[in-house]
Amino acid sequence: MGRGGARRRRERLRWSKLYSFACIRPSVLLDADAAAAAADSLGGPGFSRIVHCNQPRLHRKKPLKYPTNYISTTKYNILTFLPKALFEQFRRVANLYFLLAAILSLTPVTPFSAVSMIAPLAFVVGLSMAKEALEDWRRFMQDMKVNSRKVGVHKGDGQFGYKHWQKIRVGDVVKVEKDQFFPADLLLLSSSYEDGICYVETMNLDGETNLKVKRSLEITLQLDEDEAFRDFTATIRCEDPNPSLYTFVGNFEYERQVYALDPNQILLRDSKLRNTSYVYGVVIFTGHDSKVMQNATKSPSKRSRIERKMDKIIYILFTLLVLISLISSIGFALKTKYGMPHWWYLQPQNTTNLFDPSKSLISGIFHLVTALILYGYLIPISLYVSIEVVKVLQAMFINHDLLMYDEDTGNPAQARTSNLNEELGQVHTILSDKTGTLTCNQMDFLKCSIAGVSYGRGSSEVEIAAAKQIASEASGTADQNSNDPDLWENNRGDSGSLEIEIEGGITYSVEKAAKSKIKGFSFEDDRLMHGNWTKEPNAATIILFFRILALCQTAIPEFNEETGSFNYEAESPDEGAFLVAAREFGFEFCKRTQSSVFIRERYSSSEHPIEREFKILNLLEFSSKRKRMSVIVRDESGQILLLCKGADSIIFDRLSKNGRTYEAETSKHLNEYGEAGLRTLALAYRVLEESEYSAWNGEFFKAKTSIGSDRESHLERVSDLIERELILIGATAVEDKLQRGVPQCIDKLAQAGLKIWVLTGDKMETAINIGYACSLLRQGMKQICLSATNNDLLAQDAKKAGKESLLMQITNALQMVKLEKDPHAAFALIIDGKALTYALEEDMKDQFLSLAVNCASVICCRVSPKQKALVTRLVKEGTGKTTLAIGDGANDVGMIQEADIGVGISGVEGMQAVMASDFSISQFRFLERLLVVHGHWCYKRIAQMICYFFYKNIAFGLTIFYFEAYTGFSGQSVYDDWYMLLFNVVLTSLPVISLGVFEQDVSSEVCLQFPALYQQGPKNVFFDWYRIFGWMGNGLYSSLVIFFLTIGIIYDQSFRAGGQTADMAAVGTTMFTCIIWAVNVQIALTMSHFTWIQHVFVWGSIITWYLFLIAYGMSSPLISGNNYQILLEALGPAPIYWFVTLVVAAACNIPYLAHISFQRQWNPLDHHVIQEIKYYKKDVEDQNMWKRERSKARQETKIGFTARVDAKIRQLKGKLHRKAPSSTVQTST
Amino acid sequence: MNPSSSSTPRRSDGATRDSSNPRKNSNKPKYSRFTQQELPACKPILTPAWVITAYMLVAVVFIPIGLASLSASESVVEIVDRYDVECIPEHLRVDKVAYIRSSETKKTCTRSLSVPKHMKAPVYVYYQLDNFYQNHRRYVKSRSDKQLRYKSKEHDTSSCDPESTTSNGSPITPCGLIAWSLFNDTYKFSLAAKALDVNKKNIAWKSDKDHKFGRDVYPKNFQSGGLIGGGKLDASIPLSEQEDLIVWMRTAALPTFRKLYGKIEADLEPDDKLTVVIENNYNTYSFGGKKKLVLSTTSWIGGKNDFVGIAYLTIGGLCLFLAIGFAVLHLLCPRNLGDPSYLSWNRDAAARPTKL
Repeated sequence: MGRGGARRRRERLRWSKLYSFACIRPSVLLDADAAAAAADSLGGPGFSRIVHCNQPRLHRKKPLKYPTNYISTTKYNILTFLPKALFEQFRRVANLYFLLAAILSLTPVTPFSAVSMIAPLAFVVGLSMAKEALEDWRRFMQDMKVNSRKVGVHKGDGQFGYKHWQKIRVGDVVKVEKDQFFPADLLLLSSSYEDGICYVETMNLDGETNLKVKRSLEITLQLDEDEAFRDFTATIRCEDPNPSLYTFVGNFEYERQVYALDPNQILLRDSKLRNTSYVYGVVIFTGHDSKVMQNATKSPSKRSRIERKMDKIIYILFTLLVLISLISSIGFALKTKYGMPHWWYLQPQNTTNLFDPSKSLISGIFHLVTALILYGYLIPISLYVSIEVVKVLQAMFINHDLLMYDEDTGNPAQARTSNLNEELGQVHTILSDKTGTLTCNQMDFLKCSIAGVSYGRGSSEVEIAAAKQIASEASGTADQNSNDPDLWENNRGDSGSLEIEIEGGITYSVEKAAKSKIKGFSFEDDRLMHGNWTKEPNAATIILFFRILALCQTAIPEFNEETGSFNYEAESPDEGAFLVAAREFGFEFCKRTQSSVFIRERYSSSEHPIEREFKILNLLEFSSKRKRMSVIVRDESGQILLLCKGADSIIFDRLSKNGRTYEAETSKHLNEYGEAGLRTLALAYRVLEESEYSAWNGEFFKAKTSIGSDRESHLERVSDLIERELILIGATAVEDKLQRGVPQCIDKLAQAGLKIWVLTGDKMETAINIGYACSLLRQGMKQICLSATNNDLLAQDAKKAGKESLLMQITNALQMVKLEKDPHAAFALIIDGKALTYALEEDMKDQFLSLAVNCASVICCRVSPKQKALVTRLVKEGTGKTTLAIGDGANDVGMIQEADIGVGISGVEGMQAVMASDFSISQFRFLERLLVVHGHWCYKRIAQMICYFFYKNIAFGLTIFYFEAYTGFSGQSVYDDWYMLLFNVVLTSLPVISLGVFEQDVSSEVCLQFPALYQQGPKNVFFDWYRIFGWMGNGLYSSLVIFFLTIGIIYDQSFRAGGQTADMAAVGTTMFTCIIWAVNVQIALTMSHFTWIQHVFVWGSIITWYLFLIAYGMSSPLISGNNYQILLEALGPAPIYWFVTLVVAAACNIPYLAHISFQRQWNPLDHHVIQEIKYYKKDVEDQNMWKRERSKARQETKIGFTARVDAKIRQLKGKLHRKAPSSTVQTST
Repeated sequence: MNPSSSSTPRRSDGATRDSSNPRKNSNKPKYSRFTQQELPACKPILTPAWVITAYMLVAVVFIPIGLASLSASESVVEIVDRYDVECIPEHLRVDKVAYIRSSETKKTCTRSLSVPKHMKAPVYVYYQLDNFYQNHRRYVKSRSDKQLRYKSKEHDTSSCDPESTTSNGSPITPCGLIAWSLFNDTYKFSLAAKALDVNKKNIAWKSDKDHKFGRDVYPKNFQSGGLIGGGKLDASIPLSEQEDLIVWMRTAALPTFRKLYGKIEADLEPDDKLTVVIENNYNTYSFGGKKKLVLSTTSWIGGKNDFVGIAYLTIGGLCLFLAIGFAVLHLLCPRNLGDPSYLSWNRDAAARPTKL
């Protein structure tokens, strides 16, 4: 089959012709300098890689053997699991201690049998390791999913077949199709476009949502079909794997010529092919060599605040342990020295070092070891493992929460690491990414202003709510304090239209018609729809407006057979929204050729569309510096038009004198749109004379073809010449669609007292718009904008000057904030990336932070991924509070890893953020439930659980110590080894686990309704030192009561009617029974939420103890020793045994009961009162009170929707007052 | 959660199975009250009524128990006689240890006890030792339960150090320090010149005799070494019948302890004069321990000990006090339960001056 014959005829565009800028290919051959530089570096150290294209076989052997494309993010493999996981386990001080104790228990110094030391440790460590293994297995499965993705690979003879990603080798030629991810770092050879360009979405790498263009080398352009690779060979010499995403140095040797490669030809793994049907590429870096994997940092293991504090408590306990061990061994040494020689029954003359009275010092030292083991019960061995079990179960609840399950994407919430659950309840600052997190990166055309008339209904929700409330207050129908927090629900529930007119002529209308769901288009206004615009007074201007929408773009239409209309592949979502809008208005962009754009225009709904051709003469591309884009077209009548859209400030500067007819109205509308959080662009045009155009075009052509570094600025200057004397037509307002429920969620989070910072890579305008849309900003808020002055001084001076001016800005702003008297005044800090580089420097960051914490909201724009991480670190370390970072893209990974808690948004493609995160949710709005419900619960559960743990182990451990004083400090325990073994592992662990898993102080609805309850976490009410020491004191008290009451009651007299006296087994068993009762009754008092599970565990533990005693007593006396038949024969029939239990259990718990009952009665905490309201069903009886309290239960906040409504009300009220000073205005306070 | 949203999961859960797109919903968590943390629960709260009731209940239960225990303890008649010093002839008291160690000295001594009140049979006879660390680790560990139980385990003496074997290496039965230091004072009672039998049967736990000490295990090499500890055993009686040993082997928890010596199965009348002939063999002198002979009756709570009654009365009284205190405080400054004005935001607001 001949090559030419097989070649399909494809309709393709030479894109390079369309673009005016940056479309000159890299020179085919190396120019002298670059060649020299490249020759120097290539082959040298760091630049040694050689890739034989299309000959992967050559890469099977050394020295060209490179890693496969298999990736692994697991911590362990089968071989390393055991040593590594064990090492991890014994890094915990407590575990190490128990390991030493277990080893020592094999020697004669041990007070216990070896098995009673080793068994719990093995259990505890084994369980933790099992959890590690499970988590690593999950990671492994995730890796496997990625590794087994498929991609087309050249198999030889021009045949392509699918292969798993992991099988791909360096040198393979792969064919990647539209919307697929690149499996490795590739060299782009050719694409479905004739000129070898392709579009790449790099959201996973840097979070930027606009598409990037990559261009192949000219020389490889003809390699654009499968057959072409039959005999293709080439060699690439390039740099070694490195993490720099934006650089690439290499040579491409093909047909005995050498070509230079630059990053423009490199397609990076994990970016995605967009708007291009397919590309061919050669694999350069595979697997862990790829740039994105080189960038991956090991996620740091995070520990929660509570756990870190818990470590301190463990150190305190260790100190206590060492102290009492010292006391004990000194006592022992003295007893051995002075007492033991007289104790003939111990045969002191016949002894070992352990008990040698003549070497009492050595005996004392040996005894220290014994004592350290003996009193080890002070350190709760099962604490870590219990916490781990609890956290896994808590994580399971998070994973299974149906209210955090997203029906659209099918993703449930996921706690990826379970060790931060309680940290969720202590978050102070949220740092959020914007795109993909707050917004869904979808633009909807919402409003427009044409010829000074604003079109498009549907006001922003803030205005609706404020108007409604004002109306209801003014009419006095609602109750006085109807500061209803459910404004959202209310206006969501309304249907039909609502029109409110109040004095001052402010009219709001709400229309909630069944929206025809067209992606990118939410415009509703019958004046423009269905061809009605022809009846408007300025129909001619409106036509022009629509034409600009349809023409001033770089998209390609794609016919959709299903809907019978066109879809558009646009570079930015804004542009797509414009084209959809134009289509809906009747100006359907239907075809693009090399030089023309075809538009089907329809003037009324009945009419047949007319297809018009517009010749595109020039295209002046959009750039962030120019902030505008223009096309120069020749219409069918031959008239030359310059159509321009751009940022309002830019356009307004370039208007001609007679082009300002609508300026006043339009800018008023622009302000309105802006405040409603819409993205605005101004539209303008200019009619060009033929002569003027050709003169300019000559210059433009010159600029375009010039080569050299000043080409860009040259082009810019030339463009600037023609984009003048514009005539303003109107403006558009596009809604950067927020994800569902984002404003409400932000509102609730703000009410819970959380601070929210937005860190975005987007430009300042966009960020501010989103700030408005999310109610992080509002009218009347004083905005402090910090940006670095852009001067063209030398780099050194520029930096210094920039810093100085920024410092001044910050100082001034701080001054202003401090001097502000109005309690309602709110400040917003907006800072851009460049200023942030200065602000984050060592000498300025403290001032910056103190300004930032004084502002109600902080928005950082144009921040790089690294800066995101740095800001996060600054907040975390500067304020010392818990931070939570939430994001969805790879650019958020740094921030997610740096923050105390990282939350990834799953759902959209790209897993980097999720992989790096600690929790993943599929929608921002689930954050509310995650924090306010799960966080709150988990925090309280873990805090109470840890406190209880310390209590119970102190209560138990100290009784052993007291007993020592009665045994001459010999290290004998009053309890049987088995009791001690079971104490932590079986008898008291399940109740405390059930406390940690199931306890709810208030139900989830109440958590959500009373966001103020959340503040108990950040204020750390339940784990402050006061409470911890309180519990420890309780433990101390209990230990004293248990020990002394028991030995006081069961003393030397006979303990039953049969005359038998109690031996050590009887005393020990009785004392242990008392402990079991006391600690279990204690936990029952601690709980406030009993499901059948808690009942079973608490009371079951007590029953288990008796069952164990019976079973143990029935076992062979060789096992049970003196405890043989202890319960049934000796203790059970003795009333005094039961009496001791009763009195000790009561005496231990009465102080605690008194404490909680008196505290609740006269100093109740919020959740106590709410529990009572719920208990007495007062919320049902007095719904007004309930509503009122709910509305009050929010933290003082200046951001969020509710705060904004309040501000609006204040503003409107102020207006009312001024308008009618004489009339009595009904106000409520 | 409002009712509609809580029912949604259930509905769609049912639909999951026949959904055309099972893959997408496969991630969907299954609804159960457990996973949604909606298990029915009782949420008791401490209302004043509950608090007062709880305290009163404790008081009402504890005070009678305390009184009953006290009266039971009062009803017990106990005679305690310390004889360790008295039983040494006065001229030998300078060096008591030498006296007790010497095989020459006469160890018998006679004590007379008077019965203060009617003592109903059985009257239990105890010996009480002071300052004797039967709970010392070295002592407690020095025994072999296997050897005591099974004839075949005669050589199982490894845990018995330093009293495991004789000097020539043959095992001692019973081995270990505990058995070696067996108490060996004896008491002979007579009332008005008539011997009073002391029943030494059934003073040990039945289970010990049946299951812990072998019927076919006989003392062997016991107290035959160089060091003689305490009492000797009749090598012709199996261990299971050696009840003194069995009682002694039950080590005491505290350095002061009593052990049952026997029972006098006859009532003793007030002012009866008991004569006890004591064979004072056991050495407590070297460590300054006291020796006491105790005769005691028992009640349903056992021997004489007021502590249990006092503890109950104290706790009961404390609860009564707390109940009254709580009630009084509640009357003086009541708080309406569930009164929203106690919520922190309302209290903060109240603390601030308000302009109403």
